Amino acid sequence: MLKTKNSRWLAAPYLVWMVTFIVVPLLIVIWYALTPSQTSAINAAAAADAATAPTVVFTLENLTQIGRYTGVFARSLILAAEATAICLVLAFPVGYALSRLRANKQHIMLMLVMLPMWMNFLLRTYAWMSLLENNGLINRLLGFFGLGPFQLINTSGAVVLGMVYNYLPYMILPLYTAMTKIDNSIIEAAQDLGCNLRRTVTRVLIPLSSSGIATGITMVFVPSVSTFIISRMLGGGSNLLIGDLIELQFLGNAYNLNLGSAMSLVLMVIVLLCMSFTSSFDEESMEGVM
Amino acid sequence: MSKRTGTLMQRTYLVLIFGFMYLPIAVMIAYSFNENRSRAVFTNFSLKWYESLLHNDAILSALALSIVLAVVSSVIATVLGTLAAVGINSMGRKSQLLINNISYVPVVNPEIITGVSLMLLFVMARSLGIGGEGGLFGWATLLVAHITFNVPYVIFNVSPKLRQLDPSIYNAALDLGCTPSQAFFKVIVPQLTPAILSAFLICLTYSIDDFIISYFNAGTMQTLPIAIYSMTRRRVSPEINALSAIMFVVILSIILISNWVDSRAYRRDQQAVRKALSAEGRR
Repeated sequence: MLKTKNSRWLAAPYLVWMVTFIVVPLLIVIWYALTPSQTSAINAAAAADAATAPTVVFTLENLTQIGRYTGVFARSLILAAEATAICLVLAFPVGYALSRLRANKQHIMLMLVMLPMWMNFLLRTYAWMSLLENNGLINRLLGFFGLGPFQLINTSGAVVLGMVYNYLPYMILPLYTAMTKIDNSIIEAAQDLGCNLRRTVTRVLIPLSSSGIATGITMVFVPSVSTFIISRMLGGGSNLLIGDLIELQFLGNAYNLNLGSAMSLVLMVIVLLCMSFTSSFDEESMEGVM
Repeated sequence: MSKRTGTLMQRTYLVLIFGFMYLPIAVMIAYSFNENRSRAVFTNFSLKWYESLLHNDAILSALALSIVLAVVSSVIATVLGTLAAVGINSMGRKSQLLINNISYVPVVNPEIITGVSLMLLFVMARSLGIGGEGGLFGWATLLVAHITFNVPYVIFNVSPKLRQLDPSIYNAALDLGCTPSQAFFKVIVPQLTPAILSAFLICLTYSIDDFIISYFNAGTMQTLPIAIYSMTRRRVSPEINALSAIMFVVILSIILISNWVDSRAYRRDQQAVRKALSAEGRR
């Protein structure tokens, strides 16, 4: 249909847009990451050179500088991995239970899962901020039983909690989608043939829902590893993540676009690795993202 | 384990998870009626935070900006994306794959990367002298950023529908004397309307909800999420609770209404089918 030569031109405005605002910006990130920053010594030398011969100097200085922040990168990866694992464990039974409900009930429950997602995530994170405070509701309740007060906010645990709370629906939904395709009779057959609960889960449910697991892991891990709001609101100043570092280079005091670009490049590589890892489990792992 | 204890456990678990998801929101809404500034003690029922929210000019103008931005960027993204979907559909397989893969980039990339890459583009434009000393930062950059992250969702919503269309209907329109553009607007577009509409709604919600990409490209302008963010930076701002409560109620009613409309349409369809079947039976 419509496969005429002329109708191709309808895509022309978008193609121009796509190249200008998707492809070119990414190339600029790479450019900035590989050129010396305004303040560095190399740049001064380059400026001196430029007086004689205007050439562009490429450098790996920005990328090697990231070595100083290995701790922050490691923390980001660990906290995001923890949050993803917790989400998976919490969401797996939810996805299963939802997929076994009657159709009209499923519909209502899905709405309930999605409703918090529609609230802006700043508001959701703020809610936890006030709950976890030193004189917040949770510590008040604990104090009522003679416990605490505990330091809850400004800890790495609070950051993981914030990630889990914000991104749990992103794990539940793909798991649910994958599990609705599992026929009840398959589970019954496994049990009739002598599988106990654990073996039914590991041998039947997990393999049959692997596409949902892969999608869920990507959809929780990617925003978790790149967040800068959750860590700032719940982690205080002592739990910087990659996202915080990048934000500091672009809008914060550290202002260094070149170093920030190099960090963004590394973050992109991390995300690509994560996605190629999960998509190796499943060809249609992007299914359900929309 | 008997079946009944199994379902009971499932129920209990669902209640616990939904409790985890909804309790923080419930606490916020409860505290929005708290007269006291404190987030720990509840003293008296009061609506004063709602009142001060309604007099908070920063929030109100941010809300206005967010709505205008969402509508304008969604309209442009929907038009751009629908045209693109039609154009891409008539391309060869290889170019389709290439364009789709590039369009996926803003969808799968961390938002912070999309945000800073666009910001760098505008910084570069500024250093080339485009937009004067402050550069383009502000309304223009926000608009470009929102269109950019919205268009892919339009394409991926409309393309599948486009592939399902029956090509002979379009050809029939041409045979019956339509010009190609008439055939497009009178035959193709009406069939795509539901997909285009849902794409438009998706764009609206993403645009209103977006914080990270806007944050890097807003200059000094404040969209609603940015205004919320600057409110959370202050130690105690009970107005946020009131704002959350209002948003929750608005979202809940939108979902309930759209559900109600859906189920009515569904029932109407069922009735039509039954009528048609019984008419068939009489014949």
